[in-house]
Amino acid sequence: MMVCFGALAGIYVIAGAPLVAATQVLVYIGAISVLVLFAIMLTQTKAAPARLVFQTQAVPAAIAAVLLAGIIAVSVAATDWHALSQRVESATGAVAQVLFQQYVLPFEIVSVLLLAAVIGGVFLAKREQGDVS
Amino acid sequence: MTNSLDAYLVLSGLLFAIGSFGFLARRNAISMLMSIELMLNAVNLAIVAFGSFVDRLRPNASVIALMVIAVAAAEATVGLAIVIAIYRNRRTPLVDEYDSLRQ
Repeated sequence: MMVCFGALAGIYVIAGAPLVAATQVLVYIGAISVLVLFAIMLTQTKAAPARLVFQTQAVPAAIAAVLLAGIIAVSVAATDWHALSQRVESATGAVAQVLFQQYVLPFEIVSVLLLAAVIGGVFLAKREQGDVS
Repeated sequence: MTNSLDAYLVLSGLLFAIGSFGFLARRNAISMLMSIELMLNAVNLAIVAFGSFVDRLRPNASVIALMVIAVAAAEATVGLAIVIAIYRNRRTPLVDEYDSLRQ
């Protein structure tokens, strides 16, 4: 998963969005991977099966996923996107201009949402008083 | 095809399909959350690709991608906290053993 996130950051650089790539490295490789690692370590038991566990409907799920990929590829190929033939670099300064002028209200809402999520996470993961287990 | 919008979009669709397969097929709650992160990443890649190839969307796409990353981080925080809280009660990370609502 970490390799995939790192590769995606590289693709963002190729796609001309260096700010998004830097954020991807910081947030995904730095924070979310560590969070997932901690959760995996906290939920390991001896009783759990060590091999990969799949649902009983793993084969239909695989068929559905392959179908989904095929449908997306066909629809992408069939649509005319009015795209430029050559990609354009997006300057970080322009992103900052747009972020703090046009999108300043969503920016603040996202920051409040993050705060609420962190408080909620702490509250959920907190052991209750008198909980002996 | 190598440096076109189609290539990025096909890669994004492939990532999304892998994520949806993981979400549907795995039984471990943490694996399912990781699959959700993969799907969010696929959508993010599509947004950035559109922003880099369609001139009208150029600075906006990066902003939207940053917001999606922030929301994904919030989702991961709350989701993993919920998984750990349930694990503390039920002693298993497998989602199909969380069936107390059915009894």
